Amino acid sequence: MSTAAANLQLQDAVFVMIAIVTTGAALGVVFLRNIVHNALCLVLTFLGVAAVYFQLNAGFIGLVQILVYAGAISVLIIFAIMLVMDKEINQTNLPIPSLGRRIAGVYITALLVITLVLAIYFTAWPLATGAGAPFDAVGMLAELMLGDYVIAFEAAAVLLLVAVVGAVILAKGVEKQ
Amino acid sequence: MEISLLGTEILLATLGFLALVTGLLPGRAKSITGSMSLAGLLLILVYTIAHFGEEASLFQGIYLVDNFAAYFKMLFLTATLLVSLGAGRYLERFENKKSEFYSLMVFATLGMVIMASAGDFITLYVGLELMTVSFYILTAFLLRDGLSTEAGLKYLVLGAASSAILLFGISLVMAYTGTTVIGATAARLMTEPAVVAGIVLLAAGFAFKISVIPFHMWTPDIYQGAPTPVTNYLSVASKAAAFAAMVRVFMVAVDAAPGLTLSWNLILAILAALTIIVGNLIALVQEDIKRLLAYSSIAQAGYILAGLAAANAYGLKGVLFYALLYVFCNTGAFIIATAVEVDSGSTAIEAFRGLSKRSPALAAIMTICLLSLAGIPPLAGFVGKFYLFAGAIQQGYLWLALIGLIMSMVSVYYYLNVSRVMYIEKAGKQEPVKGSGAFRLALWVCALAAIFLGCYPAPLSNLAQQAIQLFL
Repeated sequence: MSTAAANLQLQDAVFVMIAIVTTGAALGVVFLRNIVHNALCLVLTFLGVAAVYFQLNAGFIGLVQILVYAGAISVLIIFAIMLVMDKEINQTNLPIPSLGRRIAGVYITALLVITLVLAIYFTAWPLATGAGAPFDAVGMLAELMLGDYVIAFEAAAVLLLVAVVGAVILAKGVEKQ
Repeated sequence: MEISLLGTEILLATLGFLALVTGLLPGRAKSITGSMSLAGLLLILVYTIAHFGEEASLFQGIYLVDNFAAYFKMLFLTATLLVSLGAGRYLERFENKKSEFYSLMVFATLGMVIMASAGDFITLYVGLELMTVSFYILTAFLLRDGLSTEAGLKYLVLGAASSAILLFGISLVMAYTGTTVIGATAARLMTEPAVVAGIVLLAAGFAFKISVIPFHMWTPDIYQGAPTPVTNYLSVASKAAAFAAMVRVFMVAVDAAPGLTLSWNLILAILAALTIIVGNLIALVQEDIKRLLAYSSIAQAGYILAGLAAANAYGLKGVLFYALLYVFCNTGAFIIATAVEVDSGSTAIEAFRGLSKRSPALAAIMTICLLSLAGIPPLAGFVGKFYLFAGAIQQGYLWLALIGLIMSMVSVYYYLNVSRVMYIEKAGKQEPVKGSGAFRLALWVCALAAIFLGCYPAPLSNLAQQAIQLFL
């Protein structure tokens, strides 16, 4: 077996491991019944996605993913849980939905997943061509964001401002007169 | 690059920031926010009209300045102006958050403007999110009202789900074509399962925004719970923005793709028929004016979708024409519903009892707007439906046009039911419904537009024709 083929197999094996961990953690977010466990599983999911970025040679995006999502966002979520919760953690479970609803949910999810998996599997994907990851990925990213994609970039800034204003309005609540 | 090509966007962003800042002024000085926002919006509208006809493709096709985008920009600005003018005394319910209300309205408009001009999927998505996030907040704006905060939360959860669907569709299309520029995807789209799945998911994401059946479940609750001016804005402008983006994506990418054989017209035609039928039938039994207008707006979205399904000159012209007259007619109806709600404290249709005795002008304008929505000649709705259904027939969807005609007749029943309550039933109160000058101005604009566009549709029809030229 040539080195290249062995390398490819190793890549695949790593990807499968990352995928299992990420998907498992994502399932944990949905199925665990303690909200703190959900939040911790979410952190693991974010880390798994970051690992996929690293494997794709998108190191910068992977780092941002870890810093922003696994770091900041998850801390925010846990803070929100702490601030809002006035009961014991194990009492945060939502009531279990009725059997009919659960069956309907599983049915629709299975239908969607199977359809999409089949659609993706039977597609002849055009293979990406090109020279792999560029040397100066961050520089290129900056040029794209402040060049061709500048309107989306600026609009995203306004979007964040709107979100902050909204968070203040909603969190401040009704003012006592 | 000429910076003036982005004038509408830059001015809107500036106006939004200014509205936020003037809200921080002390004492009574902050009350200038309202008049400043209205004056600013009017100026931006004039600017946009003056620049109609400019054509440019910026950033290698990522941002497009063309007649189609300009037409929708005028539509959004008109809607924002009318809704803000007509909100009138309802604004008092926002207490000390009036400047944030104006600012969020302007930012939502900015999001729509970006959606209409977006030439690639990423820009389109950011514009869509800017609009939607502004709407999440506006929907929950009445913090004292449980229904409003509940509606805000529901909209947030369902909106996030629909965004995820849209994004998944975009990612499949992008993964196959290797580009996010809508114009460049056409040449590379092939009839492959993943591409079809991506387009179906894209359509579902847009269908949520325009509340096409079966993606309409959120509409009635959120329309009822949101503050009435916000409901109004949501129903006319948010829908038009989603249509603008959808028309561009489907006409530029899907319809023009030589390698893709997908009968997307038929799928949309079936969805349109379903939407027209179910929307109108459920509207028949509503007793709350906001829920009635919510289901009516679902049905109206079905008519407009029929035009896109036709995808020919008549149909697309109908989409643009109808979207604008829908702004006037629906806003007129909502402004009066707002005034009646402020006056009586209720959103039940019963609250309209005897309105013809109390405020004859309001009752007359309400009737004009509703009849126009029903498509009765000589009002504007008739001309709009004529274009839409003519397009459908030309494309071979005679059944769709028939369904549209029959259900339009059904809709006359529930629209006229409101008139019946206004004209025949006795009022509890006698004094007229109060309204400011701005409120009256907005109402007269809506009513006169509904009549004028019905009697003399040629100017707007020509404008719409110029706007769709790039798709034909």
